[in-house]
Amino acid sequence: MADAEGTGTAAAAATGGAAAIGPWARFRAEFAESRLAMVGLALLAAIVVLGLLAPVISPQNPYDLAQLDVMDSKLAPGEESATGKTYWLGTDDQGRDMLSGILYGLRISLGVGITSTVFALAIGLFFGLLAAYFGGWTDTLVMRVVDIQLSFPAILIALVLLAVLGQGVGKIVVALVTVQWAYYARTVRSAALVERQKEYVEAARVLALGRARIVFRHLLPNCLPPLIVVATVQVAHAIALEATLSFLGLGLPITEPSLGLLISNGFQYLLSGKYWISFYPGIALLLTIMSINLVADQLRDVLNPRLRR
Amino acid sequence: MSAAPLLEVDGLRMHFFTKAGVVKAVDDVSFRVDRGQILGLVGESGSGKSMTGYSILGLVDPPGRIVEGRIVFDGTDLTRLDPAGWRAIRGNRIAMIFQDPMMTLNPVLRIDTQIVEAVLAHADVSRESALARAREALVRVGIASPDERLRAYPHQFSGGMRQRVAIAIALVNGPDLIIADEPTTALDVTIQGQILFEMQKLCRESGTALVWITHDLSVIAGLADEVCVMYAGRLVESGPVADVLERPLHPYSRGLIDSVPSRNERGRPLHQIPGMTPSLLSLGPGCPFRERCDSANGACRESPAITEPQPGRRLRCYHPAA
Amino acid sequence: MSTTPGSAPLLELRAISKRFTSRLDLAGRIAARLGAGAREQTVHALDRVDLAIAPGEVVGLVGESGCGKSTLGRIVSRILEPTEGERRWKGRPYAEYDAPSARAERLAIQMVFQDPFASLNPRMRIADVIGEAPVVHGIVASRERDEYVAGIMARVGLDAGLAKRFPHQFSGGQRSRIGIARALAVKPRFLVCDEAVAALDVSIQAQVLNLFIRLREEFGLTYLFISHDLGVVRHLSDRVVIMYLGRIVESAPTGEVFSRANHPYTRALLAEVPRLEATKRAYVPIRGEIPSPLDPPGGCHFHPRCPVALPRCKSEVPALREIAPGHHSACHLNDTP
Repeated sequence: MADAEGTGTAAAAATGGAAAIGPWARFRAEFAESRLAMVGLALLAAIVVLGLLAPVISPQNPYDLAQLDVMDSKLAPGEESATGKTYWLGTDDQGRDMLSGILYGLRISLGVGITSTVFALAIGLFFGLLAAYFGGWTDTLVMRVVDIQLSFPAILIALVLLAVLGQGVGKIVVALVTVQWAYYARTVRSAALVERQKEYVEAARVLALGRARIVFRHLLPNCLPPLIVVATVQVAHAIALEATLSFLGLGLPITEPSLGLLISNGFQYLLSGKYWISFYPGIALLLTIMSINLVADQLRDVLNPRLRR
Repeated sequence: MSAAPLLEVDGLRMHFFTKAGVVKAVDDVSFRVDRGQILGLVGESGSGKSMTGYSILGLVDPPGRIVEGRIVFDGTDLTRLDPAGWRAIRGNRIAMIFQDPMMTLNPVLRIDTQIVEAVLAHADVSRESALARAREALVRVGIASPDERLRAYPHQFSGGMRQRVAIAIALVNGPDLIIADEPTTALDVTIQGQILFEMQKLCRESGTALVWITHDLSVIAGLADEVCVMYAGRLVESGPVADVLERPLHPYSRGLIDSVPSRNERGRPLHQIPGMTPSLLSLGPGCPFRERCDSANGACRESPAITEPQPGRRLRCYHPAA
Repeated sequence: MSTTPGSAPLLELRAISKRFTSRLDLAGRIAARLGAGAREQTVHALDRVDLAIAPGEVVGLVGESGCGKSTLGRIVSRILEPTEGERRWKGRPYAEYDAPSARAERLAIQMVFQDPFASLNPRMRIADVIGEAPVVHGIVASRERDEYVAGIMARVGLDAGLAKRFPHQFSGGQRSRIGIARALAVKPRFLVCDEAVAALDVSIQAQVLNLFIRLREEFGLTYLFISHDLGVVRHLSDRVVIMYLGRIVESAPTGEVFSRANHPYTRALLAEVPRLEATKRAYVPIRGEIPSPLDPPGGCHFHPRCPVALPRCKSEVPALREIAPGHHSACHLNDTP
């Protein structure tokens, strides 16, 4: 209520005094305001680096069945094997090193989460902008499909798709893209409908700029902020959904375990005291999703103009 | 000095303590309002006029804070009031009208509910008599068929009609003082004319004092008794409206008046004040207008104090216009 | 300064009407079929408006909210298409300028917007805001763009060193100058200014109005200056056109309007304008609300508020007739001797 003239001009002056501060620099400064978000970002960066470097830093290639020794199965964390190797996080029922399994699992989970988000974002963006800019029956058609899609639980659609398609990394990405694009389409459409009414878009039309240029150079960059927020949250959702599907045995093949599959593998031993097979992959999954959500929360605060102080 | 004024603002300073620095939104503002008097508070954006209004009503939120000065309303210093004290005064003895009537109105409640609530919050009366007061308030602000209007929702009204309802809510408890912050700025000329007419009549009839905050000198010209001109958080000039508009003493008020199109020959370039309003954040000592001022000299690096060059006129400048 | 009577108009609007219909979607249509309250609503934003503007003329378009002045500006600048009627530029219909070879003529009509915040793309640097269109349309080569932009910025009183900044780093007054520079960059001959100074502080407003006056002389521009502020319009315009609920009610040289206003609405409007000179005057307001353009009153739209309305005003639409040389008014009172 008291945010009338005084603070407004002060804020404008504070930024106006320095040289050309781009929206990007301002965004970085505002993002860094939350220490918790910075912790989340650091954690997320560490997880991504670990996942990327998995083949280099893992003690074992968990996908290479030749390297697995059934004699080493279900060793407790820190226990030494018959061949003298130490498994710091223990092994699973096939003698797979849990640390290596988790590192490779992170790689798959992040890879699947990010790839499916990128594809879903691109498809959703395309249809959302189409619906908003053209309106009319295009809008009606796209948005009714979106409505139908969103009225089914995501897990149900994914389950049906995977039951039809079968297992594999590519197939789970297809399933995740199918259940996610609708969120982006809806978000970008509502953002674009607001932006389209603004005078700068009218100005572009008076300047006789082409339709594609107006949509992609003027409309699109201004629709991105809410989309980035949704995308970040959706990466976490995609990872969780992939883990769920794998846990249910419909995701990835048993030879290429993701975090969900690792948790599922250990589930039957959880009550017999061999907690580590499920526990450590669970922690890794938790930290990944939590760090993404911390980043997403701060992104929402910074990018949502309604929450602007 | 005659009898004690209804409202006396004395040396008010209200600052915002932001991360980037201290913003002196209101910096040494003093004025008084007598019962039944209309005071115009004029300034451009960033002048601190609205913040002065918010300070009087205790509506300043952190990081803003009143750092100095007194606001004495009918013998009570408002800067020392506790929340219970505020509840007894705000909306009852002092009311506020905002530029956007939806600041006052709740979009999901019917008009009668909202006005009756405003009455019952401060008066121990029955619902029926509260409703009668609500009806009477609508009639007073010139709303035809009040019974029908009472049962409507805000979204069913035009902008001008909503502002009338907001004014009716402000009036319903018979306040001694109304603070109005640009209430007609968003309205059409003919509707603005109607509302100015009603407000003038109401103040004359009921003895309610009015502080009218605006950027528009010509609205003040026809409405107010006294005017205070503000610039960059400070009061630069005050006095009776006719005197200030006819013989402005401060170079800023003179520049402002001269730049109004009707004061200029048609088609010729308008008188203009060069430059732009300084940022309140980087404002150093000295007169904040000196960068844009023709008569500024070395002396202006020291902040001028308020003087009284003529009876009833106050001025903050070393170089008053002749 | 004034119009040369009889000269061929630069811009001409003939019987322009614009209706906005709120179409029902599928669900709404089904609901309507089933007898629910949903109905298509039509707003008559413009009702057969004729307007001709001579080269070099400044026409002030005045009216209150809902009068259609902004719609008219957007039809002139091609943001909106009229429902009926014809637009002509230099005596030829607009459609003849759609070909790529007529690009320069199409760009000749530009617009300056009201909101100094929303009218600039917040994610573009000023150099792009001003320089994009001239490069796209081949007015300037892309490697000479920065120089070209600097030249235009200087013409509107902006420091060319600020070209790499973003809109949020400018004050309101500077932002309106950027909006003007963007329009000038494509070498227009005609500017539609839609409430171009309404959002500015008084002292900044004077600076921008002076800029408009100077640019008019420098570039030989013609203006359609849309404003609710009669003081601003009076200062700038050669001719004033007054609209009420989608129709032109009066049109006359500026001096005539302010000295010999004919239409009762114009007279009421003039009486309501707050004036510096009118110290402590008693406001005597005009009656009633502005009717909704969804459901305008029949006959002369102004009759419910008119102090001198005749019975025929309720049923008959008055024609816009010349009552003195160059002075048009749409009022039945002019027919009664």
